[in-house]
Amino acid sequence: MPNTGTQSARLAPPKGRDLLNASNIMILAGFFALMVWSYIGTEFSLRSLLGGESAVQIWAYAKNLFPPDLSRDFLLKTGHWTLETFAMSFLGTILAVLIALALVFFSSRNLMFAGLLFEMERSRPWLRVLRTGLYLFAKSTLNVLRTVPHLVWALILVFAVGLGPFPGMLALGIHTGGVLGRLFGEVVENVETQPIEALQATGASRLQILFYGILPQVLPEFVAYTLYRWEVNIREAVILGYVGAGGLGQQIQIAISLFLEHRLLTLIIAIYVIVTLVDYLSAYLRSRLV
Amino acid sequence: MYKLDRVSKVFDGRIVAVDELDLKVRRGEKLALIGPSGAGKTTLFRMLNLTIPPTSGTLLFDGLDIGRLYGRRLREVRRRIGTVYQQHNLVPRFQVVHNVLSGKLGAWPLWRAVRSLIRPAEADLAFEALSQVGIPEKLYDRTETLSGGQQQRVAIARTLVQNPEVILADEPVSSVDPALAAGIVKLLIELSETYRKTLIMNLHSVDLALAYFPRVIGLRDGKILFDLPAAEVTDEHLATLYAGSQTETTEEVTGRAELRPVRACQPHLTS
Amino acid sequence: MPPDSLTFTKTNWNGTRRSSYFPVIFSVLFLLTFVGSYRLAQVQPLLLFEAEGRRNIWKFVAGMFPPDLSWDFLRLLGRPILETIQISLMGTFMAVAIGFPLGLLATSSLTFKGILNEREIAGSRPRALFHKASYLLARAVLSLFRTIPEFVWAFMFVRAVGLGPFPGVLAIGISYAGMLGKVYSEILEHVNPGPLEALQATGASKPTIVLYGLMPQALPNVVSYTLYRWECAVRASAILGFVGAGGIGQQLEISMRMFNFNQVFTLVAILFVMVAGVDALSARARGAIMGRQRI
Repeated sequence: MPNTGTQSARLAPPKGRDLLNASNIMILAGFFALMVWSYIGTEFSLRSLLGGESAVQIWAYAKNLFPPDLSRDFLLKTGHWTLETFAMSFLGTILAVLIALALVFFSSRNLMFAGLLFEMERSRPWLRVLRTGLYLFAKSTLNVLRTVPHLVWALILVFAVGLGPFPGMLALGIHTGGVLGRLFGEVVENVETQPIEALQATGASRLQILFYGILPQVLPEFVAYTLYRWEVNIREAVILGYVGAGGLGQQIQIAISLFLEHRLLTLIIAIYVIVTLVDYLSAYLRSRLV
Repeated sequence: MYKLDRVSKVFDGRIVAVDELDLKVRRGEKLALIGPSGAGKTTLFRMLNLTIPPTSGTLLFDGLDIGRLYGRRLREVRRRIGTVYQQHNLVPRFQVVHNVLSGKLGAWPLWRAVRSLIRPAEADLAFEALSQVGIPEKLYDRTETLSGGQQQRVAIARTLVQNPEVILADEPVSSVDPALAAGIVKLLIELSETYRKTLIMNLHSVDLALAYFPRVIGLRDGKILFDLPAAEVTDEHLATLYAGSQTETTEEVTGRAELRPVRACQPHLTS
Repeated sequence: MPPDSLTFTKTNWNGTRRSSYFPVIFSVLFLLTFVGSYRLAQVQPLLLFEAEGRRNIWKFVAGMFPPDLSWDFLRLLGRPILETIQISLMGTFMAVAIGFPLGLLATSSLTFKGILNEREIAGSRPRALFHKASYLLARAVLSLFRTIPEFVWAFMFVRAVGLGPFPGVLAIGISYAGMLGKVYSEILEHVNPGPLEALQATGASKPTIVLYGLMPQALPNVVSYTLYRWECAVRASAILGFVGAGGIGQQLEISMRMFNFNQVFTLVAILFVMVAGVDALSARARGAIMGRQRI
């Protein structure tokens, strides 16, 4: 293409940044190494999966599952267990919200000792220490609640109060309480400071600021996170039963150990139904309430 | 180059955007399209650059019936038509060089396109094109750091790299600083003249259309109101064209026909 | 005229009034669900405070201290810990490999809607149906994959291919593919269509349009969400061992069954550290990717 118009003399092209530089290649190599390491370590076999032995095994197992057990008796029982699982997730979520609400305000730095609510306080250092201690306690409690896997909580509670959906619901509530506590905490720490500053300037007490300035902002997000978490909860509720905490999970464990594959398929279909239902409910409520 | 025969475009079975349009454009012509908003100019353009098919009527490009083109053939014909958009439609995160070279994607096989993302395949070509539009130093800058006018020039450079036979410019200066608008219009006209390309431009500004284009078409409600040499466009034509439209009052428009500046040699705008 | 407060009337934009019973209906349904659930879940809060319950809880808490830090036990854990990480990594790789193509198919603006497809399917009914069918099929498959909990997938795979980490990888691979695919399709759906139209007009083929137009716009969100999913995968891998799918979950199950609570404590502590480490790593990686000046 002939050069036609520029007034300035022909410039040399600027230097480009080579994408294939040393650090990029190292990152790529590291990534690749991780992949190979995991591939070998997990005894993953692509060949076996794509038409080899594993494929045959999986296909044979899948065929075994059909047809689902649709006998009236079993269907009724499945319906009952499905409702039981739903109840577990429902109450578990409510319990989680209660626990989270109880702890979240103590585990937020901007409500306990940092930020503009406390800038004017210089005296009474022991109070500050007390508050910090409370903060640490709340924060670590939430951490423990959410890091201990929900299955472990379920095992503990089954151990304490026996089998059935009650320990499952408790376990769900406790574990999710920790999760929601953390999510709520992030919301509280990111709250908009202007309304709070205004309220504080009028001489409102900290408790009043909480109700008038903070809660109105955070409640909609709390609701959204709770509903979102319910979708996760229902899936967890399903499997908690595996360790004896009632609901569909318990029945699945039984069906598996007794090799009742057709019943297993029915139960899986029930899981699909209830999870999809809760997903829809959650989305619907989020659109209406938030 | 183009022959449209009773071409219509109807959306959702109800909204008639283009209404039985007849149009002939010869190779190498320069033509401006004006009209109020919603007249169907953009829809017409999208049919001319083969983005959407007409609902009825025949559209011939260089003798080819575009309604019969599919897959590979369709892409080959698209390569021959270059488009400059109002919103420039560049990829913001890319360096300028990748945006410019994306004009070549119609010609490159997939593997070449991938390789070019790692190491730009024809960087000198991109540099040449950028020099033509006046911003060669921006070759490796991130596109989103450029100003609106500069980004539009990058878009024009992309079209240069594509090297099409036709350039369609859909309101290329509407989102650009008015002070720079004339510069960009002139650039496109010069480039199309130098490389003997057909140029069809959609313009909001009647001034620019009458000042730079030998042939002006007025479009309203999907129909061609007039198709005249610029010198023959009168205030009455403009009044009928923009009557009742909310964009400009008819008085503002009719005064324009007298302000037509002579196509004199103007200094080359390189900013 | 009933007072406004009872019927919660809302005023529409054009001034007409519309009564909304939603809050009332919602509250009633909520209460009913609560009561029903209370009975179904056999809630008996007093159980927690009964002597037997308290004794058991105490036995558990007391049993945790001191935690088992014996070398014999810790030696056993080296391999399972690594295995858990490996399962999470391999599972995530597999999930991306399956979820990404399915996600592309499940994006309506790529398959059958919008200007990318208008000319392809115009005037050809069977073609249009084929495109729409592949879209719907992709969506259905993704939905199936992500609705069934990974735990359930895990023990089905354990039944099918045997114990070990392999079924764990498959379980995470499949169920996370469903989640990744759905989110990928949402990200792709909301990308700016302008550059895509421009690329198509230059004669680029669809794969090229995806590469030059879609990916650069979607990449930050795609990578960020994938890293987040990996975090979840680590936690999931840890407990999949419960059903024999490898990792420290397996040891956790054994210890619990044998009532070795001091071992349980150690294991949970290790899990704690692992998750915290992965969280931090993932956060740093996400920050680096988002902030980096790439391409």
